[in-house]
Amino acid sequence: MPSVAGFIFCPRSSADSAAKTHSIDKYTDMAASKELFLENPLGKDTTLEDVLDGFEFLDDWEERYAFIIDLGKQLPDFPDDQRIEENYVHGCQSQVWLISHYDEDSGKLYLLIDSDALIVRGLAAIILVALNGKSPRDLLATDVDELFEQLDLFRHISPTRGNGLRAMVGKIRDIAAAQAAG
Amino acid sequence: MTDLSVANNTGMAAFDVEKVRQDFPILSRQVNGKPLVYLDNGASAQKPLAVLEAMDHYYRTMHSNVHRGAHTLGDEATTAFEGARETVRRFINAPSTREVIWTRGTTEAINIVANGLAPRLRKGDEILVSQMEHHANIVPWQMVAERTGARVLPVQVTPEGELDLDSFGTLLNERTRVLAITQVSNVLGTINPVAPLLEQARAKGVITVVDGAQAVPHFRPDVQTLGCDFYVFSSHKLFGPTGIGVLYGREQLLEELPPFQGGGEMIERVSFERTTWNTLPYKFEAGTPPIAEAIGLGAAIDYLEGMDRNALEAAESELLERANALVETVPGMRVIGQAKRKVPVMSFKIDGLHPSDIGTLLDQQGIAIRTGHHCAMPLMDFYGVPGTARASFAFYNTLEEVGQLFNALRKIQRLLA
Repeated sequence: MPSVAGFIFCPRSSADSAAKTHSIDKYTDMAASKELFLENPLGKDTTLEDVLDGFEFLDDWEERYAFIIDLGKQLPDFPDDQRIEENYVHGCQSQVWLISHYDEDSGKLYLLIDSDALIVRGLAAIILVALNGKSPRDLLATDVDELFEQLDLFRHISPTRGNGLRAMVGKIRDIAAAQAAG
Repeated sequence: MTDLSVANNTGMAAFDVEKVRQDFPILSRQVNGKPLVYLDNGASAQKPLAVLEAMDHYYRTMHSNVHRGAHTLGDEATTAFEGARETVRRFINAPSTREVIWTRGTTEAINIVANGLAPRLRKGDEILVSQMEHHANIVPWQMVAERTGARVLPVQVTPEGELDLDSFGTLLNERTRVLAITQVSNVLGTINPVAPLLEQARAKGVITVVDGAQAVPHFRPDVQTLGCDFYVFSSHKLFGPTGIGVLYGREQLLEELPPFQGGGEMIERVSFERTTWNTLPYKFEAGTPPIAEAIGLGAAIDYLEGMDRNALEAAESELLERANALVETVPGMRVIGQAKRKVPVMSFKIDGLHPSDIGTLLDQQGIAIRTGHHCAMPLMDFYGVPGTARASFAFYNTLEEVGQLFNALRKIQRLLA
């Protein structure tokens, strides 16, 4: 039987499904959505250094999760009208949505993620701090595994969850790869 | 540990939980720096030393293939393997070991029955399940229905989490061919009154299948008293190894059913002109069976039977009562499934907290529960929730652990406030 106990993100990602579930062009003419993407503080105001510095002084699970959950509070409000089937990440225990916007002017890829689970929101925020607002090429060159190692996330997060993180990143990389390929 | 001494004064003297816990090596490990509190028994139960040792002993001293070799090891392995079948027969009170078939688990057992009954099903025929079934007792029937034109209809559930008997009465009719129903709900813990339903179904000539996966860890089934045609369960929830389960079927029906898989062991004679099937139960056991697992399951049943089952049931009831009593200490906590008769399973929601967050943060405190849809999406839909958190207890859990669960839930609530 399929079981998703303790599992947040799906290990399901391919350039094909990314192309299908995230129609990038669709949001470029939506001014409000564009603003939302550009205003996302994660990766802009909240930097990787902030997160690494913050993590350095946390020594027990309560502090660590409180910090992760706090980061999740920085996720911009996800547009209600984008909580739709094509943006939904399937097979997950918590509901996860992911949309992207490629800014032609700056050549950068912007991402928004939403979930109804607080810890998932926090982990998504960490991913966005690392990957949001980069050019597809820079995004693809970012070693997220190394970041997770630095944050010691893999040790404190169950392997299934770690796999979920990797799968989430894989999905974003697929979107970036599709964009880079033009 | 005042809780336990109180328990002992109320008639549990026959059952020493701390002593029983010594039988389960895994229970003494730590998780995330805390002593493991294992409350995910509904997903899979832990194994006593007796099971581990039986399997180890088999591999060390007698492993070989069964029913084949003209040698001592083969004889010993076959004796142990068939001995386990007899143990299962006794456990479920089946009339004959010919009616006890090894499967990979409950899921495969239901698939064998559903596929076996497919040739009897016609367009317009109806298969009754319930809204509280595990997907394993829905999907195989849907697949067969798709092939045959039959329809799968759910018996409704009441808001308390009991079977709606009026709904059953309405749905059971002359088109009903199969009633496939769970004895105990994996999500709600409800113990369904299956015997009278089976009787009504049988009176109409309906073939009956009982999913006992969640029942057998808590009480002995008696297939003859139940009067079902098929009874299925898994070993791993019954403190036995994974990879093996049981299909009990009435001999006459099993004789009529076609084999599920072809291969070695299941045949009597093979030729390119005509192949004939082996006798029961081997007709349904193609290939080399899970020998060590069968022996392990036998050892698990022997272990359970060596204890006072009434005392175990009483201990489990006490765990559930304690949990129920503590619900009000967690603001916004709501138990899903308030049936009058329940096994010690508690599905719950807490206002403002996602089950996935609850599960993760309990794990940080060494407490294992299950979160999600529990392979029962139609039931989740009925309650209008995407999932629940579920604590499921076994006799080796302590009242202290129940207290730890609720302390941990309150801690999570403070953390996420």
